Amino acid sequence: MTDSSIFTRALKQRILILDGAMGTMIQRRKLEEDDYRGERFSDWHSDIKGNNDLLVLTQPDLIRDIHGQNLAAGADIIETNTFNATSIAMADYDMQSLVHEINVAAAQLACEAAQQYSTADKPRFVAGVLGPTNRTASISPDVNDPGKRNVNFDSLVEAYEEACDGLMEGGADLILVETIFDTLNAKAALFAIENTFDKRCHRLPVMISGTITDASGRTLSGQTAEAFYYSLRHVKPVSFGLNCALGPDLLRQYVKEISDIAECAVSAHPNAGLPNEFGEYDMEGDEMAVHIREWAESGLLNIVGGCCGTSPEHIKAIADAVEGLPPRKPAQPEVKLRLSGLEPFVH
Amino acid sequence: MTNLASASFINIGERTNVTGSAKFKRLIMDEDYETALDVARQQVENGAQIIDINMDEAMLDSEAAMVRFLNLIASEPDISRVPVMIDSSKWTVIEAGLKCVQGKAIVNSISLKEGEEQFLHQASLLKRYGAATVVMAFDEKGQADTEDRKFEICQRSYRLLTEKIGFPAEDIIFDPNIFAVATGIEEHNNYAVDFINATRRIKQHLPYAHVSGGLSNISFSFRGNNPVREAMHSVFLYYAIKAGMDMAIVNAGQLAVYDDIPDELREAVEDVILNRTPEGTDRLLELAPKYQGDGKEVVKETQEWRQWPVKKRLEHALVKGIMDFIIEDTESARQEADLPLHVIEGPLMDGMNVVGDLFGEGKMFLPQVVKSARVMKKAVAYLQPYIEREKSEGSSNGKILLATVKGDVHDIGKNIVGVVLQCNNFEVIDMGVMVPCEKILQTAVDEGAQMIGLSGLITPSLDEMVHVAKEMERKGFELPLLIGGATTSKAHTAVKIEQNYHGPVVYVPNASRAVGVCQKLISKTDREGYVAQLSTEYDKVREQHARKKPRTKPVTLDAARANAFVPDFSHYQPKTPNQLGVQAVEADITTLREYIDWTPFFLTWSLAGKYPRIFDDEIVGEEAKKVFADANAMLDDFQQSGDLKAKGVVGLFPANRVGDDVEIYSDDTRKSLLTTACHLRQQTEKRDFPNYCLSDFVASKESGIADYTGAFAVTAGIGEEELAEAHKQNGDDYNAIMVKAVADRLAEAFAEYLHETVRKTLWGYAADEQLDNASLIREKYQGIRPAPGYAACPEHTEKQKIWDLLEAEKHTGMTLTESYAMWPGASVSGWYFAHPDSKYFAVAQIQRDQLEDYATRKAWSVEKAEKWLAPNLG
Repeated sequence: MTDSSIFTRALKQRILILDGAMGTMIQRRKLEEDDYRGERFSDWHSDIKGNNDLLVLTQPDLIRDIHGQNLAAGADIIETNTFNATSIAMADYDMQSLVHEINVAAAQLACEAAQQYSTADKPRFVAGVLGPTNRTASISPDVNDPGKRNVNFDSLVEAYEEACDGLMEGGADLILVETIFDTLNAKAALFAIENTFDKRCHRLPVMISGTITDASGRTLSGQTAEAFYYSLRHVKPVSFGLNCALGPDLLRQYVKEISDIAECAVSAHPNAGLPNEFGEYDMEGDEMAVHIREWAESGLLNIVGGCCGTSPEHIKAIADAVEGLPPRKPAQPEVKLRLSGLEPFVH
Repeated sequence: MTNLASASFINIGERTNVTGSAKFKRLIMDEDYETALDVARQQVENGAQIIDINMDEAMLDSEAAMVRFLNLIASEPDISRVPVMIDSSKWTVIEAGLKCVQGKAIVNSISLKEGEEQFLHQASLLKRYGAATVVMAFDEKGQADTEDRKFEICQRSYRLLTEKIGFPAEDIIFDPNIFAVATGIEEHNNYAVDFINATRRIKQHLPYAHVSGGLSNISFSFRGNNPVREAMHSVFLYYAIKAGMDMAIVNAGQLAVYDDIPDELREAVEDVILNRTPEGTDRLLELAPKYQGDGKEVVKETQEWRQWPVKKRLEHALVKGIMDFIIEDTESARQEADLPLHVIEGPLMDGMNVVGDLFGEGKMFLPQVVKSARVMKKAVAYLQPYIEREKSEGSSNGKILLATVKGDVHDIGKNIVGVVLQCNNFEVIDMGVMVPCEKILQTAVDEGAQMIGLSGLITPSLDEMVHVAKEMERKGFELPLLIGGATTSKAHTAVKIEQNYHGPVVYVPNASRAVGVCQKLISKTDREGYVAQLSTEYDKVREQHARKKPRTKPVTLDAARANAFVPDFSHYQPKTPNQLGVQAVEADITTLREYIDWTPFFLTWSLAGKYPRIFDDEIVGEEAKKVFADANAMLDDFQQSGDLKAKGVVGLFPANRVGDDVEIYSDDTRKSLLTTACHLRQQTEKRDFPNYCLSDFVASKESGIADYTGAFAVTAGIGEEELAEAHKQNGDDYNAIMVKAVADRLAEAFAEYLHETVRKTLWGYAADEQLDNASLIREKYQGIRPAPGYAACPEHTEKQKIWDLLEAEKHTGMTLTESYAMWPGASVSGWYFAHPDSKYFAVAQIQRDQLEDYATRKAWSVEKAEKWLAPNLG
C-alpha cells in the first residue's frame, strides 16, 4: 500500500494514466465454463461462465497478466477486477459468500503487479473498484408500479461496506466508484466507504466516475452531469469524471461540463467508440489518442484511461499522446449553495 | 412583478405539505398518490425552485408515506428536476427520505433543541448523505423569539457546525422563526422586526450561510382574509429580502404584488410589520373588512359595459384585452349554454372573429391581438375541465405544428404566428427552437398535425428547411409545409424547397398572412384550387429566377482583387489600442437602455415607422405608444429585479492583411498567429467604386504598418428564456414576446455601447468623440463592426474564430449552435475595423473562382464551401 500523499503529488505533476478494459481482455481469451470453475468450483451448483470477478480466484495468472500488460503500456493506475464483486451482483451466481475473499484477492493481485512496475519516478497505484451492481435504487423494475424498488439504500450500503472492506484489506491505494448510472446507488457506495474508513480508522483517496448513458447527456437515472456532480461532491473525492457508454467524440462535452466546475481532479475513461452491429468496438488506439490529446491540450484532464473495447494498445497510444502535457488545473467555483434534482440548482 | 421574481430569492413550494395543505393531506390519507403528484407537478410548473415535502401527520405512517412519495417523484422528471426539501420534525422520517433521493436535497430541519451531541450527530450524518440543512433557531431553552436570541443561537449553531465537524457553511440555512404579528398581544408586535434584524446580522456575521422561513405564519391572525394576508406576506418579504433573506416556503400563487397593494392598505400593513406604531394592529383590523374579497378596494363606479349581455361583455373583453372579469363572464356564459364547448364555439369565437376582422382591416394591431389571445386562453383554460367532464371532442379549425428548425434559436416570429393562429381557433403544437427534423416529423405523425410550419432566421436554416422537405418526401408525407422567417423568401421556397416535396409548400411572408393560408389549406372546398394556384405561381417564380441575369456583370476574382479598395495610410496612423488582449465586459440595463435603437423594435410588432416620429403616425401611433410604454415598464422592472442580465467580451489585437485574409497576432512582435479571419470580396463589375473586402481596411503585412483589429460578442439574453417561458406558462404570450423583443434591443444596444467604449477608451482612436444616441444610430463615428452572417461577411462559421479568440463561452456563457446561431437569441458578435474609410457593404453574389479560393483558404472541401456560401452563390 502506497502513502496517499504520493498519489496526490503525482496527480499534481502530470496526467495520470488509468488502465484499459478488463472485460474486453478477458473476452479475448475465449474462456469456457471449465476455465471459470477451475478445480475449486468444479462442483458448483449453477453455471458460472461469465463471472469474470471469480477469475481472481480460479485464474489468477490470467488477471495478473492483464494487469501487467496495462502497466507495461504505461498505466499509472490499475483497477481491481471487482466490478461485480458485491453480494448484490454475485447473487446471480449464488456466490455472495465469496465476496470478501474475491475483493481481498483482487486487490492483492493488482498490488503485486503494480509493485513490479513501480519506481520512484513512476509510482503505480491500485484502485479498488466498486461497480454499480445490477440493481437501481432510483428506478422501478416494474413499469406498472413506478414507486417500486428491487433494492434500497440500506442493503446497498451493507453490500458496499463488505466489498470496500475487502479491497482495503487487500491493500488497494484508492477506491474507485465507477460506471455510476444511478446516483442513489453511488450515494450508498460513498456512505458505505465513509463507514468503512471509520471502521478501519484509515482513509483512502476516493475516485468517482459516472456514466452518461446516451446523447441525452444524462445518467440513466436522469441527472445532468452537473447535477450528478453536486449530488456527490460532499465526499470530497480526489477525482470526479465519466466512463463507459460513449466514445471520446461524444463524451467530450460532458467531461468539459465537469471540468468547468469540479474542484477536484477530472478523470475520463471512454469506450473505444460506440459498438458496431456485432457489438464490437472499432475505434483504434491511434484514433482515440487524437481525441484524448486534444482534451489534454484543452486542459480537461487529470486522469485518463479506457473503458469497454480498449486494450493495452489503446492505453499505450493514450499515454504517448498526453506525455508531457500539463494536467488540468482544478476549477475554483464560488462558494455557493449547490443543490440538485435531475438538474443543478445553484444559489 | 412580485418580490419572488427577485433573482436572489428562492421560492420553495409549500403545497406538498400535509401540515400546510388540507387538500394534500386528504390525498395522502386517501392514498391518492397520483393526484398528490399532480400537486407537486403544478408547483414546479408554477415556478417553485425547490419543493418542500412534509408528511408529519399523527394518523399517518410518515416514514412510509415519505418513502413512497419520494420514490414516485423519482419517476416523474417534470417534478424531480428540482431539488427537494425533506421536511419533518422526526429524524427517522428525514433519514428515510434521504435514502430515496439521488439529488442533493435540503433537510428541514435540525436544531440544538435536544442538545449539542444530538445536533452534531445528526449534522454529521447529513454530511455523509450529502444534504444541505435548515437549522432552526431553537436551543435547549426553547425557540428564539427576540432578535438577540435568534442571532445567538444561529451563531452558536454555525460555529459548532463549521468548526467541530467541518459542515460546509454554504449548506447551512437558518430559520430564525417567523411568528405571527398583530395578534393583539403586545409582546408579539416586534416579531417581524426581530426576524428581519436577526436576518441582517446572520448575513453579516455568518459568512455563506442562508436564511429561510415559513412565510404564512406571519399573517396567522388574519386567517380568512386572504387579501390582507397576501399584503402582509408581500410587505414582510419586501423588507426581509432587503435584509438578506434568501428563500422562503411560500405559495407563489398567493402573494400580492408589492406595488399593487393599495397605498392605504400597504401603509397599515407596514405599520404592523415594522412595528411603527402601537395602534398598528387596531388600524389594520379596522381596515381589513374593506379589502375582504378580491383584494382590491371595492370599486364604486361600475363600468357601463358590465351591464351589457354576457355575449357582448365577452366580445368587449376580447377586443379590449381586459382580463379582470373574464372568468366570471365565462362562467355566466357557461351556465347559459347547453354545453361548455358551445361557449367557445359561440360567444368566444364570435368575439375572436371580431378581433380577426379588425386585425384584417388594420384597425387592430399585433400587440392588441396578442393581448386578446391572452384573454381567450384564460377563458378556454377555465372551460377546459368542464369540457373534459362532458367528454366531448374539442373541435378546432385544424392542427398545425410549428418549429424553429435545428441549429436556430430565433422564435419571436414563430411565436407570433402561433398566437395569431390560436386566436383563429387553430390548435398549435409549438415545438420550440432547435428542433431536429426527425422530431418534427415524428411529432406531426403522433399528434396528427394537419400542417407543418417551419421557421428560421439565420441563413443556414434555409438548408435545414430543404432537408425537412426532402425527408417529408422520402417518408411519404402529404401534409402541407409552411415556410416562414426573416431569411426565407418566395424565390428560395420556389427554387429550393417546393421542388423537393410533392405536397403543398407555402411561403408565408408574415404573421397576418398565416391565417388565410392555413384556412385555405384546411378547407375541403378551397384547398385544391389554392394548391393548384400556388403551384403555377411557384413555376412562374422559378422561371423568373432562371431568366434573371445579374444586374451587373460578374468579374473574375483576380479582376476584383485588382480593383480592391486601397486605404490611405499616409494621413492615418493606426492607433495602438490602450488595452490589447481580451477582457470581459458587463453593463447594466440602466446604461444599455440609453443606447437602444427603437425603430426595429416597432417592426417586430409589425408597426412600421421611424422612432420617435412613429408616435405621431395616424394609423399606428397610438399602438406604438402602448408597446413602447410596456417595453419601458419591462425595462424598469429588469433594472429593479436583475432578472435579465447582459454580459460581453471584447478583444483587441495586432493584425495585418494577407491577401483577403486578416492575420491576427497574439502580441506586437507579430510572430505568433492567433487566428486568420477569412473574408469575401465583392465580385460584380464596379465602375466608380472598388470591389470591397473587409480585409482591405487593415494595413497589409508587407506595408510594415502596425495595424490592429478587434472582435466582440455580447448578449443581453441571460435569463431571457426563463422569463419568456414563465410568461408563456401563465398564458401570457404578449409579454413572452415582449421579453424577447426587449432583450434583442438591449443586445444591439450593448453592441453600440461597447463599440463606443472601444473607440473612446479601450482602443481609444476616437477619444474625443461626442455623439448622442441618434447620431450613434446613424453610424456617424469612425470605424465599423460588421457581424459574421450579415452582408459584409456573410459566412457564418467565422463566428467560431471570434468565439475562440475571445473565449466567448467562458466569459459570457454564449454558445454557437451547429448552424452557428448564437445562444441566447439576444446576442450580437462581430469584428472591429478602425480605419476612417472603413464602411459597410454587401458582398452579394460571388463566383466559382472565389468559392474555390475561399475553400482553400479555410482548408475546406469545395462541397463544404458551397454549403456555407450557398446564399452568395445565387
